[in-house]
Amino acid sequence: MQCLNKIALGVSAAALMAAASMTSAKANELTLCWAAWDPANALVELSKDFETKTGTKMNFEFVPWPNFADRILNELNAGGKLCDLLIGDSQWLGGSAENGYYVKLNDFFDKEGISMDDFAAAAVNAYSTWPKGTPNYWALPAMGDANGWFYRKDWFEDPAIMADYKTKTGADLAPPKTWDELKQIAEFFQGREVNGQTVYGAAIFTERASEGITMGATSAMYPYGFKYEMTPGAYDMEGAVNSEGAVAGLEMYKALYKCCTPPGYTDSYMGEGLDAFKSGQVAMMMNWFAFMPGMAKDEKVGSVTGFFVNPGQTIAASTLGGQGISVVANTDNMDGALAYIKWFADPEIQKKWWALGGYAVHNAVLNDPAFPSSQPFAGDFLVAMNQVQDFWQEPSYASLLQAMQKRLHDYVVADQGTAKEALDNLIADWTVIFEDDGKL
Amino acid sequence: MNNDTGMIDRAATMAAKATPPRLVRRVRGLSDKAIAWLFIAPTMLLLLVINIFPLIWTIQLSFTNYRANRPNAEVVNVGLRNYERLLTDPDVWIAMQTTAQFVFWSILLQTVIGFTLAYLIDRKFRGHAFWTTVILIPMMLSPAVVGNFWRFLYQPQIGLFNYIVSFFTGIEPSSFEMLGSVSLAPWSIVIVDTWMWTPYVMLICLAGLRSIPDYIYEAAEVDRASPWRQFWSITVPMALPFIMLAVLFRGIENFKMFDMVNLLTGGGPGSITEVASITLKRQAFEAWRTGPSSAFAIILFVAVFGLANIYVKALNRVKQR
Repeated sequence: MQCLNKIALGVSAAALMAAASMTSAKANELTLCWAAWDPANALVELSKDFETKTGTKMNFEFVPWPNFADRILNELNAGGKLCDLLIGDSQWLGGSAENGYYVKLNDFFDKEGISMDDFAAAAVNAYSTWPKGTPNYWALPAMGDANGWFYRKDWFEDPAIMADYKTKTGADLAPPKTWDELKQIAEFFQGREVNGQTVYGAAIFTERASEGITMGATSAMYPYGFKYEMTPGAYDMEGAVNSEGAVAGLEMYKALYKCCTPPGYTDSYMGEGLDAFKSGQVAMMMNWFAFMPGMAKDEKVGSVTGFFVNPGQTIAASTLGGQGISVVANTDNMDGALAYIKWFADPEIQKKWWALGGYAVHNAVLNDPAFPSSQPFAGDFLVAMNQVQDFWQEPSYASLLQAMQKRLHDYVVADQGTAKEALDNLIADWTVIFEDDGKL
Repeated sequence: MNNDTGMIDRAATMAAKATPPRLVRRVRGLSDKAIAWLFIAPTMLLLLVINIFPLIWTIQLSFTNYRANRPNAEVVNVGLRNYERLLTDPDVWIAMQTTAQFVFWSILLQTVIGFTLAYLIDRKFRGHAFWTTVILIPMMLSPAVVGNFWRFLYQPQIGLFNYIVSFFTGIEPSSFEMLGSVSLAPWSIVIVDTWMWTPYVMLICLAGLRSIPDYIYEAAEVDRASPWRQFWSITVPMALPFIMLAVLFRGIENFKMFDMVNLLTGGGPGSITEVASITLKRQAFEAWRTGPSSAFAIILFVAVFGLANIYVKALNRVKQR
C-alpha cells in the first residue's frame, strides 16, 4: 500500500511539473489571430520588436478572409484558447463584449496612461466602443481601413483614350468624384480594346457567402443617403433603410454591376478583384485601403496604379473596414497580452506600423504634416476615415449581415424584384431579428 | 494429444482458481440473450451517443430560442414558434422547392443515363471492362475536388465547358455564365451531380441486369418475343427493384446535398440554388439561430424519413410482384 502511495505521489509530482513547465512555456508565448492578408505580414515584422523587448514568443494564426468570421467566432463561442489577442472585425464588438469574449480595457488604459483621445475619433468609435459612442473600450484601434478605389493611371492618362473620352462624354477623364461619373467612366472602358486586350469597366464586390456584396453595395448606398435608423439607437428603420436615396444607391450599384463588370463576376470579393486588376482586365477596382500598400509595390502594375477615395453623390461617405485589437478573456497569458497592447499603443510603434504597411490611426501618425505625402494613398485614407460609415455592430450582427447579403444578392445579381422591395424585405428581416433580441 | 488435453485442463483449473467464485457464477448464469446484449452494447452505446442523443437534444433545442454564440443568454422555451415561423416563411418554401427540383432532375437524368450505360455495358462488347472502369472514375473523386474542378470548367473566360459549348453552337464563350446566370446555375449543379453520380446508378442497374437469368430470355426467344418486347416485359420489370433502390439512395443523398452546391454556387446567384441544406447551414452556423435551425433540421429529417418510408413500402411491393 505504501509502495502504491509512493508511485501515485511520484506520478502526481511529475504531472504537476509537466503542467507547470507547460504553463511557464505558455506564459512566454502569445498567439495573435487575424485575417490572412498583406497587413498581417507587416504585423509579423512589427512584432519582432515586441519579441526582442519582452522575450515573449509571438505566434500568429491568420485565417483567409472568407473563413475568418466562421473560424474565429466558432473559436470564441467554443471557449477555445487558440487566441490570446484577436484583431477582430468591428462588427463583432457588440457580441464579443456582451458575451464576455473580450476583456474590457478601460481600467488597463487608465492604469497605463493610454488615452483614446490619442487616436482618430472615428476609429475609436468604430473599433473600440460598445455600446457605440460610449466610453467603454473593448479594443485598441489597430488597423484603420475603408473601401476605396484603384484605377489604371496609365489608361486614364493615355492621350488617345483621354481624347476619345472627351469626345464621347464631353468630360475630362479623371478619377470620379461622384457615382454618376464613376459609372460613366466604367461604361466607357467596358469592352474597350486597350493594348490589344479587351478590358472591362470595374471590379466590384458581389460575393454572397460572407460580407462582400454588403460592403460593396453600401459603398454606393451611403453616398446616396442610406442609413440604418432614423434615430440612432431607436431601431426605427422604416424611411432610413428604404429611403429614396437608399433605393437610388442600390439601383446605381446594380446598374454598375450589369453594365461594367467582367464576365462571370457574380461572386467576387477582394481576391477576385485583385486578380482582375493585376491581370489588366479592369480600368477600376473597388477594394480596401489595406491592399493599397501592396498594390503600390506590385512589380507589374504598381507604377501604373492610382487610387481614389469612394466617390460621393448627395453626401461623401465610405464603407468602414478595419479592426481593433482585443484581449481574449479566455487567455492564459493575460499579462503578456496586455503588455502587447501597451507596446502597440506606443506612438513610435504606431509610426513604425504605418511605415511597414499597416494603417495606424494614432494621431501621432495621422497629424504628422508629412503624412498625406508619405504614400500615394495616404491623403485619400485621411479623407476616407473622416467619412466612414459602418454596418450594425449589434450582438446579432451575423444574422443582420446574412439577411442583407441575401436581399442584396437576390436583387443585384439574381434580378429578383426591385431595389425598393429588396430593402423593404430587409427591414422585415431585421425587424424579426431585433424583436427576437428584445430590442423592438 | 493426451499431453495437450492435460495442459488445457490445468490451464482451465488455474483460470478457475484465479477467477473469483462470484464472477464465475455470474458468467455461467448469463443467458444467451444477456450475452447477445453484452456484445451489441458497445455499438448501441456508440449509436446512442452519436445519433440518438444529438437527435433528442436537437428536438429539445428546436422548441427554444437558444443561440450557440450566446452561451450566457437565457434560454427560453418558445413552444412551437420556431416551427410556425419556418412553415410560414416563403424563403424556406422556396429552398424546399429548389431542393425538390434539384432532386427530381438530377435523379431523372442519372437514372436514364445510368440505366442506358448499364444496358450497354451488359452487352459485354469488346473492352467493356475497361470502359466500366473509365465510367466509374468520377464517382471515385472527392466532391471537394469535383466542385473546384467544375468551377474552373464553368469559368466564362477561361473555362473549357464554355469553349466546348461555343465549338458546337457558335455562341461566344464569354457570353454566358453557367454559375452566375439565374436560368443556368441550377442546371450547372444538376450537370455536375449527374456527371459524378451516374456511374453509381449504372453500377446498381448493372447488378440488376446481371441478376436476370439467361433462361428467361431464352424462353422469350423461343416464344419469338421481339427484343423490344423482351426489354419491356423482362429487363425493365426484373431490374426495377434495383433501379428503385438506386433512386432511393440518390434521392436521400441529393435531398441533403450540401458540398457540391456550396462549392459551385454557394446557393447563388441570389438564392436561386439555395437548397435546404445551405439554408440550414446559414441559419445554424452563420446566423447562429440554433433553436430555429434545429427546428428546420427536424422538419427536414421528418420529410426525408417519411418520404423514404413511403418509397421503401413501394419498393417492397415491386419486389413481391
